[in-house]
Amino acid sequence: MKIIDVKGVSKKFGNFEAVKNISFAVEQGTIFAFLGPNGAGKTTTIKMLTTLLHPTDGSISLNGFDPVHHPEQARHSFGIVFQDPSLDTELTAYENMEFHAVLYGVKSDVYKPRIQELMELVDLWDRKDSLVKDFSGGMKRRLEIARGLLHHPKVLFLDEPTLGLDPQTRNHIWGYIQNLNKKEGLTVFFTTHYMDEADRVANTVSIIDHGKIISSGSPEELKQKTNTKSLEEAFLALTGNEVRHEEASSKDSMRQARRMWQGGNRR
Amino acid sequence: MNTIYILWLRQLKRYFRSKSRIFASLAQPLLFLFAFGYGFSSIFARAGGGNYINFLAPGIISMSVMFTAVFSGIEIIWDKQFGFLKETLVAPVSRFNIMLGRTIGGSTVAFIQGLIVLLITLLVGFRPSLSLLFFALVFMFLLALFFTALGTAIASKLDDMQGFPLIMNFLVMPLFFLSGALFPVAGLPKIFSYIVKLNPLTYAVDGIRGTMNGMHAFSLTLDFFVVVIVAVVCIWIGSLLFRSIEA
Ligand SMILES: Nc1ncnc2c1ncn2[C@@H]1O[C@H](COP(=O)(O)OP(=O)(O)OP(=O)(O)O)[C@@H](O)[C@H]1O
Ligand SMILES: [Mg+2]
Repeated sequence: MKIIDVKGVSKKFGNFEAVKNISFAVEQGTIFAFLGPNGAGKTTTIKMLTTLLHPTDGSISLNGFDPVHHPEQARHSFGIVFQDPSLDTELTAYENMEFHAVLYGVKSDVYKPRIQELMELVDLWDRKDSLVKDFSGGMKRRLEIARGLLHHPKVLFLDEPTLGLDPQTRNHIWGYIQNLNKKEGLTVFFTTHYMDEADRVANTVSIIDHGKIISSGSPEELKQKTNTKSLEEAFLALTGNEVRHEEASSKDSMRQARRMWQGGNRR
Repeated sequence: MNTIYILWLRQLKRYFRSKSRIFASLAQPLLFLFAFGYGFSSIFARAGGGNYINFLAPGIISMSVMFTAVFSGIEIIWDKQFGFLKETLVAPVSRFNIMLGRTIGGSTVAFIQGLIVLLITLLVGFRPSLSLLFFALVFMFLLALFFTALGTAIASKLDDMQGFPLIMNFLVMPLFFLSGALFPVAGLPKIFSYIVKLNPLTYAVDGIRGTMNGMHAFSLTLDFFVVVIVAVVCIWIGSLLFRSIEA
């Protein structure tokens, strides 16, 4: 069953078309990697799937619901870890987790043990009562991931979840997610710039460049198609070697400025 | 219900954790209280108005409730910039409930701020009547709801704080000065008095003052209905604008 079905979707910001007539589908219970160079349109696509942006054109179905016309039903179907910061830094780590649990209607006898389990997974349990504003960039990221795993949705979106995390943490987190995928049939939709990560965990990969999907298939298929040995080589063969200079919007430069201010290590 | 509670709780935690903000937002009402209170009290008494502090205190309390409320509503802009707003916008909760939880939380904060100012005015000699004090508190809370919702509505349409001074200088300040908070509504020049009567804040101030010390220009029932209607309209408009936020 196709839990995500995207047909002919485009998104324009003013005159600039960030996503151009893309179509793809994700099968329920699979792990799907959405890869592409900076500015390719990955985050924009995720925002359209998660009701934060309305497509300019085309149709989307998420767990059978249209995020534009039935946003509330669609929101019941997914969880998301954003690329950009999304914590309340004036609250403690535990309060951020609890806020999320209540907002997502998780019962307290379920969320209390689960918060502990997840905060231990990301090694933050002993810092649970610290204000998030005192955390390092990597600690904030770990907390965001733990929060994203707190309620068990049908589809989990992860937008560059592991950026800036050490390899140990990354392995722990992916182990946990793969286990959820097996045990609960969780569908995972993620983006990353670490090709080895995508190679290891993804069942299917789609590559987007300049707002268009240029190739899709399992990591093996993409390697065969391009006659390469690793997904990274396949990715470079498909997207070329030139460096992307993003048309930086004001929002982007704001993001950049904020990252510098917060001293986070997120790009 | 739980959602509204947790959003409310968040606003309160943020408020009580930023002690500096509590003190900073007391500075302005205190300044007005002393500057106007000592500056005008003799003129006011000579003009037959009676005790100016008794007249002024409810106006200053209204002012602090109103300013804190607008600011609580506008706070959404910070949440947008720091990214936390996205977390609430994708939650499986109706946006109306999110807006309501925030608004009630922000209003509670503004209400508490009003209570603190009320205590201070007691120290400088304000003596409210106690019989209708409960209704005064009701008016204060309605005023808080009205302006928190207004702030939320405005903030839903803004992306950064650059528009904030504009809103303060061209909306909030004029509303305040033209509300009878600092001077009696009766006996104003005609045009002026029309403007004051069109200003919904006038009725909130009148209700608060009337229930505290019996000095009111309109009937308290009229005050009550105007404030309730305006608060409901602001919450309604605010929730429509909030629902249309894209992140
Ligand atoms: N709100 C916006 N207004 C204008 N342009 C935008 C907006 N959001 C994104 N863009 C532009 O759309 C394009 C795609 O951005 P998007 O964030 O989807 O890229 P991405 O694939 O997620 O890249 P990255 O790997 O850097 O995260 C970029 O050129 C970006 O500048
Ligand atoms: Mg992105």
